[in-house]
Amino acid sequence: MGRYVVRRLLQMIPVFIGSTLLIFLMVNVMGDPIAGLCGDKQCDAATSAQLKKEFGLDKPVWQQYLTYMGHVFTGDFGTAFNGQKVTELMATAFPVTIRLTIVAILFEIVIGITLGVVTGLKRGRPVDTSVLLLTLVVISVPTFVTGLLLQLLLGVEWGWIKPSVSTDATFGELIVPGLVLASVSLAYVTRLTRTSIAENRRSDYVRTAVAKGLPRQRVIVRHLLRNSLIPVVTFIGTDIGALMGGAIVTERIFNIHGVGYQLYQGILRQNTQTVVGFVTVLVLVFLVANLLVDLLYAVLDPRIRYA
Amino acid sequence: MRGATHAKWAACAAAVALAATACGGGDSGSDSGGSSDGSAVLSSSWGDPQNPLEPANTNEVQGGKVLDMIFRSLKKYNPETGKAEDMLAEKIDTTDSQNFTITVKDGWTFSNGEKVTAKSFVDAWNYGASLKNNQKNAYFFGYIDGYDKTHPDDGSQQTADTLSGLKVTGTNTFTVKLNQKFSTFPDTLGYPAYAPLPQAFFTDHAAWLKKPVGNGPYTIDSYTKGSQMALKKWSGYPGTDKAQNGGVTLKVYTDNNTAYTDLMAGNLDLVDDVPAAQLKNVKSDLGGRYINTPAGIIQTLAFPFYDKNWNKAGSEKVRTGLSRAINRAQITETIFQKTRTPATDWTSPVLGKEGGFQDGLCGDACDYDPAAAKKLIQEGGGLPGGQIKITYNADTGSHKQWIDAVCNSINNALDNDKACVGNPVGTFADFRSQITAKKMSGPFRAGWQMDYPLIQNFLQPLYYTNASSNDGKWSNKDFDKLVNEANAETDTTKAVAKFQEAEKVVRDNMAAIPLWYQNGSAGYSERLSNVKLNPFSVPVYNEIKVG
Repeated sequence: MGRYVVRRLLQMIPVFIGSTLLIFLMVNVMGDPIAGLCGDKQCDAATSAQLKKEFGLDKPVWQQYLTYMGHVFTGDFGTAFNGQKVTELMATAFPVTIRLTIVAILFEIVIGITLGVVTGLKRGRPVDTSVLLLTLVVISVPTFVTGLLLQLLLGVEWGWIKPSVSTDATFGELIVPGLVLASVSLAYVTRLTRTSIAENRRSDYVRTAVAKGLPRQRVIVRHLLRNSLIPVVTFIGTDIGALMGGAIVTERIFNIHGVGYQLYQGILRQNTQTVVGFVTVLVLVFLVANLLVDLLYAVLDPRIRYA
Repeated sequence: MRGATHAKWAACAAAVALAATACGGGDSGSDSGGSSDGSAVLSSSWGDPQNPLEPANTNEVQGGKVLDMIFRSLKKYNPETGKAEDMLAEKIDTTDSQNFTITVKDGWTFSNGEKVTAKSFVDAWNYGASLKNNQKNAYFFGYIDGYDKTHPDDGSQQTADTLSGLKVTGTNTFTVKLNQKFSTFPDTLGYPAYAPLPQAFFTDHAAWLKKPVGNGPYTIDSYTKGSQMALKKWSGYPGTDKAQNGGVTLKVYTDNNTAYTDLMAGNLDLVDDVPAAQLKNVKSDLGGRYINTPAGIIQTLAFPFYDKNWNKAGSEKVRTGLSRAINRAQITETIFQKTRTPATDWTSPVLGKEGGFQDGLCGDACDYDPAAAKKLIQEGGGLPGGQIKITYNADTGSHKQWIDAVCNSINNALDNDKACVGNPVGTFADFRSQITAKKMSGPFRAGWQMDYPLIQNFLQPLYYTNASSNDGKWSNKDFDKLVNEANAETDTTKAVAKFQEAEKVVRDNMAAIPLWYQNGSAGYSERLSNVKLNPFSVPVYNEIKVG
């Protein structure tokens, strides 16, 4: 087990270097970032040369990348164009997005799995059909439509919530955005759980458990659900990374100042330091989440062992 | 079907949300307990300033909003007429339009108690002009003697830290020597780049940037970079334009649609950038709480004069023909819902007649006439390459919509549906770098937001040979000569007339096609009254009344 974890951690190094290099190159290809700093005017030549020197943009790309990576390993992610440290931006943005992701994941787990279990057990009944139909609708409607609609209905028409999230972005404020963010994944989780449960219901160990006279509750939760969760856990695990990075749309609609907001602004202003820094951290989150998922398999199914 | 399911979803989500936020809705008045006694605080939409909040480093509206509240300069532009009026200046004297003696009014202080003296100005200007400080508005000090030493154009080592043209001659007086005659120089001094700075700015720069200190009617109470700034009325403000409210909370919005939604929900008091998509509904949503007033912004199509296809005999006929092929009235009405006005000269209505705005100076050349357009383009030798591509940045504004409309208009006028196409560039930064690298092969979008309300600012930076924003690299001896003469003219009326003559040179060569004047628009909540936009399309915060 220990060796497995170490091996996986070592594998992350090339992935990490490769992805940062790719992003670095992609942002660089977009052109000269200094040109956009002076509005519709042209920066005077001397100032832009000076700025380029300060941000290290006058060096060849490979040298920029090496310097950047050298700084990253000492914990320095560089400075954004507005003079703020990127680490400072991260310190404000990540907690917000992490809270949003937690809310979304909780929705996926609680509502998604519950609905999945219910429909899986009552296959073909009206409950099943209606939930299936509902998930189909949710999957086919894009997130920004759901988001704008909920914002307009709850925020403006009925006045139940504030249409935008304040700077603090407390858990309470993030419930509706979290639901919007989770909606599509939630539908997938429901469908995955349903199929998995429906399949495993007919398996031998479930029949044995029922034959032993175990209470229905225990059969479902301990035997049926636990074995059916493996595909669902895989999905939710990879979804953590996707949710954190993919929150751009939701964060824009509800004006949440999280990772999506910083990335969006970074891209618009061609701020290499911000974009590469944030994406690097997102890549790390994704890798770690995947590792955790793999380790969770062993917990859920004792037959799986990592040597 | 979809509606029904959404209602169901909404209902259950709302139930959860309500329990958690303890009925968050409908408490827009919770910011303060004040009513109409002038102590109530209003909230306003904001965007994250692109550059650090230094006066000589802020060149866009969002940072400008803050500077407008926390700084007062020698002059201030009247929010209604745009005229430069004395603020901190007791008097500005000159006999030759080149050497100025400036006297600063007594009794002004910064909000930290420090006195505003001549030194506060001179130090600030020297800082702004010094190359090593990377100030993006440094070129504003380019008229002052010694600028070439503190800010060498070729980026070589600067040989001086201070401008030799600036001299402190007393506590409250200083002299300015310019490197050329510039009669309207005093009127440029209302621009935020010329604001005075307290000593704290130089001694503890990092702390100052965290919480800027100025001499305006507001002080910064708290500043969370990237999300919010709370400004408070400064009760010790010595000026006459005191704040009529208790303060302003600026909230950063990523998307102006969200800000608008927040306004509708009573969660925000003032939106100064109504999204294009909402313009159709704004009257029914807000009724009279919507303002749409001219701002000092003109949109044009510039041409690459470094490309010989656009710079040969007869090209001006092609350009004029294109101008006549654009149905400005229709586009401003259908796409912009009248938040733009068809342009008939190269300045802006905010200058007023006296300031040099002349309605109809463009004459026929800006009138829509498909037949004449076709004829002119044919006479000029046809479109270079048989097709023109209008380059624009697609990331902000609704540029795509109007570029497509302009192209449609041209195509219809010329009976050729391949005559004009849009050429989008992904980001603004890339768009700018392509322009700087002279990579344009056809017309491109050019917008100009004035720095100060003078006709000089609409002409010289844009069309003078090698001027800072002459993106098309247009060059014309007659024009340059007239501008020089106008700058040397001590009498304002005569100077304006000279500038208008220069403008006619621009017209006869059609150096750029004027499209429309842009308006500033804003919507506000029922709590507010006396909301106005100044000619820079920034709300006049200090005059807003709450309650």
